[in-house]
Amino acid sequence: MSADRPNQLFRNMNAKVAAIPMIVTALFVFVGGTAWTIVYSFTKSGLLPRMKWVGLDQYERLWGTKRWLIAIENLAIYGLCMLVLVFVIGFILAALIDQKIRFENTIRTVILYPYAMSFVVTGLVWQWILNPEFGIQNIVRGIGWESFTFDPLYTPEIAIFGVLIAGLWQGSGLVMVLMLAGLRGIDHEVWKAARIDGIPAWKTYIFIVIPMMRPVFITTLVLVVTGIVKVFDLIVAQTGGGPGIATEVPAKYVYDMMFRNNNLGQGFAASTMMLVTVALIVIPWAILEFGGKRSND
Amino acid sequence: MESSISIRDLDLRFGSVEVLQGLNLDIGVGEFLVLLGSSGCGKSTLLNCIAGLLDVSDGQIHIGGKNVTWAEPSERGIGMVFQSYALYPQMTVEGNLSFGLKNAKMSKAEISQRVARAAEILQIEPLLKRKPAALSGGQRQRVAIGRALVRDAEVFLFDEPLSNLDAKLRADLRVEIKKLHSRLGNTMVYVTHDQVEAMTLADRIAIMKGGQIMQLASPNEIYNRPKNLYVAEFIGSPSMNFIHGELKGGDFVADGLSIPMTGYEFADSSEKEGKAIIGLRPEHIATGDNLASAVSRTKAKVSLVEPMGSDTIIYASVGSHPIHIRMDGQATVKPGDEVEIGFQPARANLFDPSTENRL
Repeated sequence: MSADRPNQLFRNMNAKVAAIPMIVTALFVFVGGTAWTIVYSFTKSGLLPRMKWVGLDQYERLWGTKRWLIAIENLAIYGLCMLVLVFVIGFILAALIDQKIRFENTIRTVILYPYAMSFVVTGLVWQWILNPEFGIQNIVRGIGWESFTFDPLYTPEIAIFGVLIAGLWQGSGLVMVLMLAGLRGIDHEVWKAARIDGIPAWKTYIFIVIPMMRPVFITTLVLVVTGIVKVFDLIVAQTGGGPGIATEVPAKYVYDMMFRNNNLGQGFAASTMMLVTVALIVIPWAILEFGGKRSND
Repeated sequence: MESSISIRDLDLRFGSVEVLQGLNLDIGVGEFLVLLGSSGCGKSTLLNCIAGLLDVSDGQIHIGGKNVTWAEPSERGIGMVFQSYALYPQMTVEGNLSFGLKNAKMSKAEISQRVARAAEILQIEPLLKRKPAALSGGQRQRVAIGRALVRDAEVFLFDEPLSNLDAKLRADLRVEIKKLHSRLGNTMVYVTHDQVEAMTLADRIAIMKGGQIMQLASPNEIYNRPKNLYVAEFIGSPSMNFIHGELKGGDFVADGLSIPMTGYEFADSSEKEGKAIIGLRPEHIATGDNLASAVSRTKAKVSLVEPMGSDTIIYASVGSHPIHIRMDGQATVKPGDEVEIGFQPARANLFDPSTENRL
């Protein structure tokens, strides 16, 4: 027997074999599918993919379409408001629950419950609640305030905020639970030290506790942002993109182009634009976070 | 003695659980008091009550002559150091020291002067611009002490400050805390479960058990004249030998053992009779050259030897009684040997087996 160094390829064989299905999936489905989509976005594909090269035509058409521009604008409004509000609401709820209150488990479950529901259910429920005929408006008018008007889903300018309310209702619970886990991870002696130093609670949260929770914030941010970019079913269930095209979003545009309008090339171009948008946000962040030297804290 | 902290009939209950019961304690100005006990004895709870981090159920706490029972922690004139350091991780050392002062709207000049003084005392000047993550455990704890120092508090509270450090650092920092105390002359209350820390640092030690103070006395008194069986067993490592027997006509008699108790100071200077437990510290059982000073001698059969360098612990039996003895580090003893040992009644402790109090 020679005492050769064992072939590096065969080290940890079990782990490597176990990882093969995921590697294959990742390579063929994600990377392969993405590449294929990008390539065909430069073609004149209709009902079926056809390798008929048209250069940037699909993109020119895309950026000349009002519906796409509105979809992008809606995503920006929905995304920004959702991001800010879901964090603020989620964190405040978590901070309140962290005050050693009674029935914590019950309250936590109640607030998290919407997250367990399908966006389709959330969308329908909020469609009804915001319906002027039998929703909030009707109830308030029934109490006696006859001129009360609250029908965001029927007013194109603010319809996207009606969707936002439903999104917040569903998303805040998850953020709260994650933030609560983060708060529980803070050494309680830090709180004691801050009290001895005479630092008020809100200042302790902002200057000491939240910076300590950075990893939790990053995890939550990734979850929330992916949820925002792919928002689709909520829109379909709640407004169907309406009134008119007031609540269109990019994901829905892609879906409609590909499976309704038999215009694959246009759908591919739109989804490639979504990919580019996400990449523009993620890549600089990833370089900042993981690139270069490992930070020491 | 003028008292710096005075605790009156302190009660603390969590629901139906009594954590502290009718506790009274006076701590003198400039005194170093150590609260010592095993975990769950209420020592940290008491410290948190003094700090104002826990609301008391009943009783009063006075600090510096003021009733602070319901005052905010920051208004009590205290500084506190925690086991986990509890530094603010995203601030530099300087930020950690000055954050509380800035928050109290103190002038910049005053802050930098205080920070500079604390840094000088604790020799952390080169670390001021670093973040806690870039510091060693010992340095972090210095910064934590510094944060208490800049508050210019009359009273320092330490909650097991050295428990997270390794043995060497712990010994070093212990000496520094002692130096700090003699330099500043503040009142210090120090919670620990480490009896070495307690013995070396304290002016007085309060040994706690079940939310009550078992004995409050100087380290010397606690070591030499423990008030009850619990204190006797708790203090000293290796712990005291206990032998059950009887007091008969001035002698302590147990199976195969008889020790005349001449020279023993009874609690109310009257000799007792009847059942008793004798407590003998391993280092007070004489061997070798020290035998000359011992009153009664006997033979012990060695079963196990633990050489520790500076001294050697031997496990032996006298008659049917297992005992351990601290011998000189250079002693050459093997298991199976017989050694001659002697007792010094004046340094022994007698306890009543029923009340567990010192006789």
